[in-house]
Amino acid sequence: MTELSLEKLKAEDVKEISKALTIIENDPIEAKKIVGALDEKDYCVIGLTGSPGSGKSTLTDRLASLFSLKEKIGIIAVDPSSPFTGGAFLGDRIRMKRTSRNDNVYIRSMASRGKLGGLSPSIYDAVELLGRCGFKKVFVETVGAGQSETDIANLADIVLLVLAPGLGDEIQMLKAGIMEIGDIYVVNKMDIEGASRLKSRIEAVLDFSNHRKDVILTDGIKGTNLEELARLIEKELQFLKESGKIDEKRKKRKRFNKLNTVFQELKELPDEAIDRLVEELKKLTGGR
Amino acid sequence: MGKKIKVLIAKPGLDGHDRGAKVVAMALRDAGMEVIYTGLRQSPEDIAKAALQEDVDVIGLSILSGAHMKLCPRVLEFMKQYGIGEKPVFVGGIIPEDDALELKKMGIFEVFGPGTSLEKIIDSMRKIVK
Repeated sequence: MTELSLEKLKAEDVKEISKALTIIENDPIEAKKIVGALDEKDYCVIGLTGSPGSGKSTLTDRLASLFSLKEKIGIIAVDPSSPFTGGAFLGDRIRMKRTSRNDNVYIRSMASRGKLGGLSPSIYDAVELLGRCGFKKVFVETVGAGQSETDIANLADIVLLVLAPGLGDEIQMLKAGIMEIGDIYVVNKMDIEGASRLKSRIEAVLDFSNHRKDVILTDGIKGTNLEELARLIEKELQFLKESGKIDEKRKKRKRFNKLNTVFQELKELPDEAIDRLVEELKKLTGGR
Repeated sequence: MGKKIKVLIAKPGLDGHDRGAKVVAMALRDAGMEVIYTGLRQSPEDIAKAALQEDVDVIGLSILSGAHMKLCPRVLEFMKQYGIGEKPVFVGGIIPEDDALELKKMGIFEVFGPGTSLEKIIDSMRKIVK
């Protein structure tokens, strides 16, 4: 591990955590070593997804600020990389001024680096690192999502689907994909006309299926209903813990972490190696 | 995947003119860098803290308010305090030549005045990171 102090990392030193995250972003093999050198800890992952401009960053800032009163909070905010140049403009911090000076909150911006699905290739290790460095809740904000950026459901214990009025009718909500992955539905910008109509439509659609989910109106800028949203998150976490579902989520997270690593490594292989792998896989799966 | 150059573009102090910062941020983005823009009216401490958390390679300050002689040393001070005093800081904006010399003595790596080409900014950042 080049120029990284494990001792400092274990002491939850901010500079060392930042350096470790940079290594994790650039070198998947080294990433596993760093994360593996730290003890596993209990933490939970809260994902925020939704269309660009629906208010994810502002809500993340508000929630982190509320939860930071009693525990250390980590935030990873993902924005897209350019498919042409690989560059990125990461602007989520602009909306996070409430917590940028809070010593209990750590904010890190990440570029998606060509990964589709709304996250970045190194997100699993990055989240795990923060969890092992004493952050009790890790918020992950996806890139502004369309219909099929659903990877966050494999990573997070709880997914908040953030919506805003003015973006489509009930038919959009019946479609498969992102509309299915919310554990809590947040209708943000409640001051805009149509917000309560959107809320009742979501509730109506959710009623078609069996499991009841919470839908809440919020105003991220003013902070309206944010305490209530924080309470819903705690309630959902409590439910996951009591029902044992949290263990399933964690198993799933570990599995997808592995799959993600395998995929990242496969991408680097030449075609002949992939062909050989396909042959090996046939043996494993019995020729299916 | 390889190492990407990460840059923090920040506007310290009371100054609402961010076109320059945005133009530079876009140019760096188009040059393949990952640019974190923190928005208007940041305190020197906010900027140093963002640079610490984001572990950027370079910090670019855009100042058009005339307060550069006060703001720059404050940013450098907080960076030292956070243990990242070694990271290079560039300043862009309307900076008189005499002040630019002073700023460089203070530890600012380079000062870019009006009319500087985007290529020059990109090149200097690439050179220093290598």
